[in-house]
Amino acid sequence: MISLSAYLIVAAVVFTIGVLGIFLNRRNVILMLMAIELILLAVNINLVAFSAYLGDLTGQVLAMFVLTVAAAEAAIGLAILVIFFRRRGTIAVDAADRMRG
Amino acid sequence: MIAILAFYLFATLTIASSIAVIFARNPVHSVLWLIVSFFNAAGLMLLVGAEFIAMLLVIVYVGAVAVLFLFVVMMLDIDFASLRTGFTRNLPFGIIVALVLLGEMVVAVFAHKAGPMLAGRQIPEAHQPNIVALGELLYSRYLFAFELAGLILLVAMIGAIVLTHRSRGDTRTPKVARQLRRRPDTVKLAQPGVGEGMKL
Repeated sequence: MISLSAYLIVAAVVFTIGVLGIFLNRRNVILMLMAIELILLAVNINLVAFSAYLGDLTGQVLAMFVLTVAAAEAAIGLAILVIFFRRRGTIAVDAADRMRG
Repeated sequence: MIAILAFYLFATLTIASSIAVIFARNPVHSVLWLIVSFFNAAGLMLLVGAEFIAMLLVIVYVGAVAVLFLFVVMMLDIDFASLRTGFTRNLPFGIIVALVLLGEMVVAVFAHKAGPMLAGRQIPEAHQPNIVALGELLYSRYLFAFELAGLILLVAMIGAIVLTHRSRGDTRTPKVARQLRRRPDTVKLAQPGVGEGMKL
């Protein structure tokens, strides 16, 4: 049978790929959002695996909430992206420097 | 045996398509790889008996979020080639950071395995179907959190609509006040016969 640590390793690898994606595509907001989705997917895999192996469904409930927040974040993020593109004509992150933060 | 085979298949495909998401040159391909990744993650979750979350992953991510991404990528006329500058410059440092992160997490996983709690533990037998158990939990102990999740989705929906809505000057909208002020005798209904026309 598959052990819990196998699931944890898969989740860790997907999480790392998501972090790497944010690192590499520092100018492309769409790919950054997709990388964030990958990170949240890794979190979900972890939650579901622990929930299954502990026999406690709370982890799956929490995974549902993570899913909700991820969907809301994607919708708002893409909406902001669309109005940003309308005003600037680009989605490069370094074009968002009006406030000189 | 078949479960182990399925696990390795799903795990390999999840990781491979995740790598393809961040390295694909075409963002449309990135979104499609993301869909593959979510499908395989749903398969992984099916293997441990979390059917509802797996189906939710397919419905929410593949059916809604990925389509949203695809919509935005295809609708906006973005010059993606210029956004890739700095990709190779960031690559060595990014890979170092990723390896450190992965190494730490693997060490943590195996240290955890050494602990007494979950070492060699198998998935306990479920007493009732996954969806039934999850529903009983959601509508009792986590009721308020569940309602709050609905509120989050409502806020996200209204926020997305308000953000992207723009009132254009060249569209004709009904003037409600004028319509309400109209008297019945200002409108004359007529049914002229074929080829007759009507007198104004």
